[in-house]
Amino acid sequence: MAVFDLASLITAAADTIAAHAEELTALDQAIGDGDHGLNMKRGFEAVRAEAEAFSAKPLPEALKGIGTKLVMTVGGASGPLFGTLFLTLGKEISAEPDRANLTAAFGKAIEAVAARGKSQVGQKTMLDVLQPVHDALAGGKTAAEIADIADRAADATIPMKALRGRASFLGDRSIGHMDAGGRSVALLVRAIGEALEGQP
Amino acid sequence: MSNVGIVIVSHSPLVAEGTADMVRQMVGDEVPLAWCGGNGHGGLGTSVEAIMGAIEKAWSEAGVAILVDLGGAETNSEMAVEMIGEPRAQKIVVCNAPIVEGAVMAATEASGGASLKEVVATAHELSPS
Repeated sequence: MAVFDLASLITAAADTIAAHAEELTALDQAIGDGDHGLNMKRGFEAVRAEAEAFSAKPLPEALKGIGTKLVMTVGGASGPLFGTLFLTLGKEISAEPDRANLTAAFGKAIEAVAARGKSQVGQKTMLDVLQPVHDALAGGKTAAEIADIADRAADATIPMKALRGRASFLGDRSIGHMDAGGRSVALLVRAIGEALEGQP
Repeated sequence: MSNVGIVIVSHSPLVAEGTADMVRQMVGDEVPLAWCGGNGHGGLGTSVEAIMGAIEKAWSEAGVAILVDLGGAETNSEMAVEMIGEPRAQKIVVCNAPIVEGAVMAATEASGGASLKEVVATAHELSPS
């Protein structure tokens, strides 16, 4: 993964969030406050609107810019969480990352998200998808394999009991529903992976 | 002003404003006070940008204590503090306390010239740990 077209990745990410906004909102309505789809869509459309400007920057600066934009536009608890993910990726990644650097930066970004949300794996959050994706990256899986792993990880949040976020207020009643943040991560991983596949 | 400032962050602008009214009734203008609520798009929620604005408005060299309601308000407030950055960030604390009682108690403590540490401790006493 040398130089790639960041604008096409932004388009892919914003497209998948827009296409699934209603589904994400429905997931969040079941066990949260029902704003996840709309919030994510607003944030990623704001990033899309500046895709060219982000693409013109070195990758670390671009990712930090995207993170800041998400923090400022997504709202809810997802804004700072997804924002922190991209901000930290930007801080840790090199301008022309190889897989080892990407994996290490992704690991740091996950740690930052866990700290921001005072959460950990197993609590029915986006971390439950982020961590398996990291492990698959580290294990040398292909983009398609990683996307499948992310989907399965999102599915695996269904039987979990929520211990963080609004869903935790429901206790056992949060069991049986997929975590909306985890689903968003899986969507983004698949879209970005597929967009990367077609590039040198 | 040399007294610690108080910032109230609720998902609802009505809750935030109402809480601020109760604080004003207790401490008048002795304490720098600001509130924000809503997602910035007309709905319930919290906005990092609005929180940063409220911190600016209530800024005091003695520091600022932030009172929040539900989880996203806390997460967004911590993000706002980080984005404001040092050196001011170390003088801003997001309190673990019920929003109404915490704001009134913290402001009352602040109005007597208490330090940020004392103001925060007063708010935290309201929360079972």
